[in-house]
Amino acid sequence: MTTPMALLKADSTYTFKIFRYDSKTPEKEPSFSTYQVDVVPGMSVLSALLAIRDEMDGGLSFRCSCRSAVCGSCAMAMNGKIELACRTQVASLGSDLIILEPLPNFEIIKDLVVDMIPFWAKYDQIKPWLIRKTLPVGTEIRQSEEERNRIDQFVHCILCAACYGACPVPSRDPEYLGPAALAKLERFVLDSRDERSPSALEAVNNEKGVWGCDTLFKCIEACPKDVRPTDAIVGLRKSLVKHKFKKLLGMVKDED
Amino acid sequence: MLHHDIIIIGGGLAGLRAAVGLCERYDVGLLSKVHPLRSHSIAAQGGINAALGNNPEGRDDSWEKHAFDTIKGSDYLADQDAVEFMCRDAPSIIYEMEHWGCPFSRFPDGSIAQRPFGGAGFPRTCYSADLTGHVLLNTLYERAVSLGVKVYDEWYLLALASNGERCQGIIAFDFRKGEVVPVQAPATLFATGGYGRVFRHTTNALINYGSGIGIAYKAGVPIKDMECVQFHPTGLIGTYILITEAARGEGGWLTNNRGERFMQRYAPKVAELAPRDIVARSMQTEIDEGRGLEHPLGKYINLDLRHLGEKEIQKKLPGVKSLCKDFVGIDPVFEPIPVMPCEHYSMGGIDTNQHGETVLPGFYAAGECGCVSVHGANRLGGNSLLDTLVFGKAAALAMHEYLQGKSFTGDTALLTSLGKTWERKLENLAKGEERPAHLITKMGHTMSENVGIFREKHKLQQALDDLAVLKERYRRVGVSSPNRHLNYALMKAVEIEYMLDIASAIALGALRREESRGAHYRRDFPLRNDKDWLKHTLVTLGKDGTPGVSYRNVTITNHPPRERIY
Ligand SMILES: Cc1cc2nc3c(=O)[nH]c(=O)nc-3n(C[C@H](O)[C@H](O)[C@H](O)COP(=O)(O)OP(=O)(O)OC[C@H]3O[C@@H](n4cnc5c(N)ncnc54)[C@H](O)[C@@H]3O)c2cc1C
Ligand code: FES
Repeated sequence: MTTPMALLKADSTYTFKIFRYDSKTPEKEPSFSTYQVDVVPGMSVLSALLAIRDEMDGGLSFRCSCRSAVCGSCAMAMNGKIELACRTQVASLGSDLIILEPLPNFEIIKDLVVDMIPFWAKYDQIKPWLIRKTLPVGTEIRQSEEERNRIDQFVHCILCAACYGACPVPSRDPEYLGPAALAKLERFVLDSRDERSPSALEAVNNEKGVWGCDTLFKCIEACPKDVRPTDAIVGLRKSLVKHKFKKLLGMVKDED
Repeated sequence: MLHHDIIIIGGGLAGLRAAVGLCERYDVGLLSKVHPLRSHSIAAQGGINAALGNNPEGRDDSWEKHAFDTIKGSDYLADQDAVEFMCRDAPSIIYEMEHWGCPFSRFPDGSIAQRPFGGAGFPRTCYSADLTGHVLLNTLYERAVSLGVKVYDEWYLLALASNGERCQGIIAFDFRKGEVVPVQAPATLFATGGYGRVFRHTTNALINYGSGIGIAYKAGVPIKDMECVQFHPTGLIGTYILITEAARGEGGWLTNNRGERFMQRYAPKVAELAPRDIVARSMQTEIDEGRGLEHPLGKYINLDLRHLGEKEIQKKLPGVKSLCKDFVGIDPVFEPIPVMPCEHYSMGGIDTNQHGETVLPGFYAAGECGCVSVHGANRLGGNSLLDTLVFGKAAALAMHEYLQGKSFTGDTALLTSLGKTWERKLENLAKGEERPAHLITKMGHTMSENVGIFREKHKLQQALDDLAVLKERYRRVGVSSPNRHLNYALMKAVEIEYMLDIASAIALGALRREESRGAHYRRDFPLRNDKDWLKHTLVTLGKDGTPGVSYRNVTITNHPPRERIY
């Protein structure tokens, strides 16, 4: 029987430099702590972080939950690359010095833990739920396979905020809704069951919304789930333009 | 001090389902140690059961057949009235989720798609590709946002406040601020999930300490059937991330160190597709008899997909492929996947009836932390997601009945004094020298070693002895950083105390149950014994601080126990 080769390579020691800061003591400058970690092949950055917290520094703060790239807790910058720490193998970073920093574009609460409240506020703002006026009784709303496929990529979003961290716009305009919230909006707009009125999109018809995007595709690069938020933004822009023309042509009434 | 009509602990499926059923009528607070969308429910893959009859092969399905499969699957330890209640409610629960926006996969006629699952007579498992938990949890969270449910995320539950007559609320911990906060509420619901991390090897999320079960026990509420622990055959070596049963469903083989498909020996007819408990036991036997493969991380079995070919793997099991790549650095197209059976699901939990009620008025439990019991000694795949929604909803209704038209005066003095006790307790935790991580590792080790798939008297006794030593060591537990805010080690130190109680209840229940039933297998009592053991185990904290064991008969309605043959 073959034995998985990747599991049998020799151990090696890596140096981890981890960002430290505590918003409770803002007078103390941010700094880096350094740790030496024995890394077994296949070991993730998250496992290394857990080993550091368990064995070397109980005060180190970072988030995690599923350890299998599905819950969206652990996005951070690893040697500058924004990814989920649980799905990134230490060895894949191609250096024996690993620098870990919190997700950019967020306020730092402590160490690698950032303040997600503004991110969720933007999510809430786009009305991220199915809007439906009529419902069938005792059965499902029908949806074809093709209609279901249309929303598929956006359904995969785990709201880890990697895209938001990688996006160049929030540093210029902190009120920009960002790729995740806009992708969520498109997930509902494209859903054959959703009955929100086209005028509901007016809320994002501005520089804080769809017109704020620079279409640099950084969000697509950063997404660990192969979602393409730029597709959503472009899609929303098209819907808005289409609606505007229809209105000009008198094909739709202004909704209240 | 905070005040709510209802405080719900847990932002997984059970907690959110209860919250959305109540928040329009009551002042509800929902508290969770992680953001609700980071709860373990997000990780569920395969699907959720309901006899909708959408699948052309499932037209003759009915809730009664669903109930029978569930009862048989439970090895007759489930309460049949509760199972009937759950299965009858299942279709409307699914439609409701769909109406709220859940993006289920579809059949060509536009109906919700349903697939076959283990132990089920008909294809009745509704799904969304292999991310069913993800879509259900997102849908409920979206619903909660639309209704404006008040969520306290990154808050911990520390203790339940009971004056012996009624539940008064809880002692909570604002993790971001590092403050102890008593929460006064006439009705409290625990939806705190499973305890997988009590074992060393588990498919569960890193946060699944199950402390809610231990907290209820500490408050004097009985916990039920704790010895019934499900082990899943295929956890990925090292991380024990679940490799879905679909890998075998699609034709994957399990092989030992001789390259032999050993399941053909244990279950000649169905081989790799035998029920979970049988496959897990067979794999463990191979390993124990020296036919496992060796690795620094432990002995393992190969899950071989290579004969399926690259195209088939990419098409049908893309998730498995990326898990292997990301987490062990191998490609299942060219190499077998190293797997081991490991802990997966908590059938036991806080003793409730089908309304989520416990013996303590005002205190409710639902989801994996509760035990109604609908899963008995072995849960069927797809039934636990259903359990969270059905009983989350049922608990909401029961709390409504309880609160309706009544006014309660809360015992704020009790809450204040308990809050102070916890202040002191946290202070002391900054002093001890036993590190929480070491205690957890030791506990996990003895549980996986001695209370695993195969059990026998002396091993179970060994586990209880080890746990007693750990409880002693726990008295000196402490953390290295004095900070309270975002101090994860500190919270670990709090939760282990409860984990040790849970672990002891599992081992004790297993030691006393001198028979084999479902996932509970005793080498020294290999047969099911309905004459003596058709009953639930209840473990209750005694006045002297030691656990007392009692029993309650199983409710049988339509299906007298029969031999369980597949
Ligand atoms: C990998 C995997 C795949 C699965 N696939 C399926 C499947 O396909 N079908 C199926 O039916 N079942 C499946 N299951 C089982 C199912 O997912 C779970 O039983 C179910 O999701 C549990 O939901 P819950 O709401 O009870 O708890 P959880 O989702 O675990 O939520 C618990 C909540 O309680 C909170 N909490 C816990 N303790 C505390 C505390 N001390 N203080 C504050 N908050 C606390 C947590 O933050 C969390 O919000 C699977 C399980 C695993 C491990
Ligand atoms: S821990 Fe869940 S995504 Fe990394």
